[in-house]
Amino acid sequence: MPSLGADMEAGTLVEWLVKPGDVVGRGDVVAVVETQKGAIEIESFQSGTVSELIARVGQTLPVGEVLARFEGEEAQTAAPPLMSPDQQGKAAEAHGVPLTKGGADTLEWPKGSAASPAARMAARKAGVDLSTIKGSGPGGAIVLADVEAYAAAEPASVARTVVGGMSEMRKAVAAAMVRSKREIPHFYVSHDIETQIVSDWLADRNSNLPPSERLLLGALIVKAAALAARSVKALNGHFEGGAFVPSEEINIGVAIALRGGGLVAPALDRVDEMSLGDVMNGMRDLVTRARAGRLRGSELTRGTLTVSSLGENGATKMTGVIFPPQVALLTVGAPQLRPWVVEEAVLPREVTSFVLSADHRVCDGRQASRFLTELANRLTRPEEL
Amino acid sequence: MNKSEIKETFLDEIHKVAPDIDRESISDEDHLQDDLELDSMDILNLVTALHERLGVSIPETDYTKIETPAKAVSYLSSRLS
Repeated sequence: MPSLGADMEAGTLVEWLVKPGDVVGRGDVVAVVETQKGAIEIESFQSGTVSELIARVGQTLPVGEVLARFEGEEAQTAAPPLMSPDQQGKAAEAHGVPLTKGGADTLEWPKGSAASPAARMAARKAGVDLSTIKGSGPGGAIVLADVEAYAAAEPASVARTVVGGMSEMRKAVAAAMVRSKREIPHFYVSHDIETQIVSDWLADRNSNLPPSERLLLGALIVKAAALAARSVKALNGHFEGGAFVPSEEINIGVAIALRGGGLVAPALDRVDEMSLGDVMNGMRDLVTRARAGRLRGSELTRGTLTVSSLGENGATKMTGVIFPPQVALLTVGAPQLRPWVVEEAVLPREVTSFVLSADHRVCDGRQASRFLTELANRLTRPEEL
Repeated sequence: MNKSEIKETFLDEIHKVAPDIDRESISDEDHLQDDLELDSMDILNLVTALHERLGVSIPETDYTKIETPAKAVSYLSSRLS
């Protein structure tokens, strides 16, 4: 049972996606595990042929417990294995879609017994086997309403299941945030950046494109943040074992608010090396899978810097809490039309407030300030992003 | 396509973008962002799906015209006619 976050102690096996005899590769998705953050797909740590599935569906196992063994392997820690060739195809289809397809003109939904996080939570609370429910969501995904309808036909209480489901997510967020505030000496640096140029550029670009090829401001900000992190390395990495370990990869965690409460921040890998279109498609893919309850374990642990946005119509500014073991978090307020001095004149311009929360064990105000000014520079030249 | 078919299509696509919204609970006057809590990515996914399904490409400048199911039905029916 892999750890999907410093505060995870155990997980419940929901589904095996492989069986003995299947050949799996490193990184292949082999099982679905229910955690406080919802159902997460677990990837294999190694390649080989599955010889034995040890964990049973429904079993709750502590982190570090053996889930399965590979052929020729002694009784030792084994991570989940992988899948047969046709399952690999399905997995690629289910997971790689927008990222690998470039255009991503359609959003494909995960195959199999996909279920939203709320649905999985409700099913678990109600003791309902998801495989017995027919999903009404996209691609047959099971949604909360399906579980409620199923449970309503049964004696179990529906109201209790919904409330209990979300409170688990709340507990997970609470545990991570308490740890963050207890351990990390936060400091905050803010910067109001004129985003009129980037918004105009975006509106102009999008006006001639079909919806599938449009970009969102959020994608430009995520890319600009990754490039700024390349310049200021003290903000990108993990604080582990009493020391800061900078990361070569710049994996940006994208905070996604879930309906009914709760938050997940899956990461996009090596954002600084991606094209804007790929960043956009990657973010679409993460949001789609977060809503459908199909995030992968590695996506929850690989982030090296997180970006959290209040949205287009939200409040103007937020000082965020760092997501451990990361050392910085960038929050983005809703863009506002403000009086702004441009050369000698005061003009109405779109302005966005950015606040960087950073770990004082690792860096100082100077680095945080450099990051934000670099971000501002990048956002004045959107065509170079 | 008549207005009730357009409304069904619109609600179908909202349900696909946000599987956890109970379709039956959506009212004609619900605001997509304020009441249904769709974010900008959800809106773009909705607009993308409507483009594929109805052949209507909704420009960003018209997003406020589809901000409730009632407004969207009226807007889409005029674009389709």
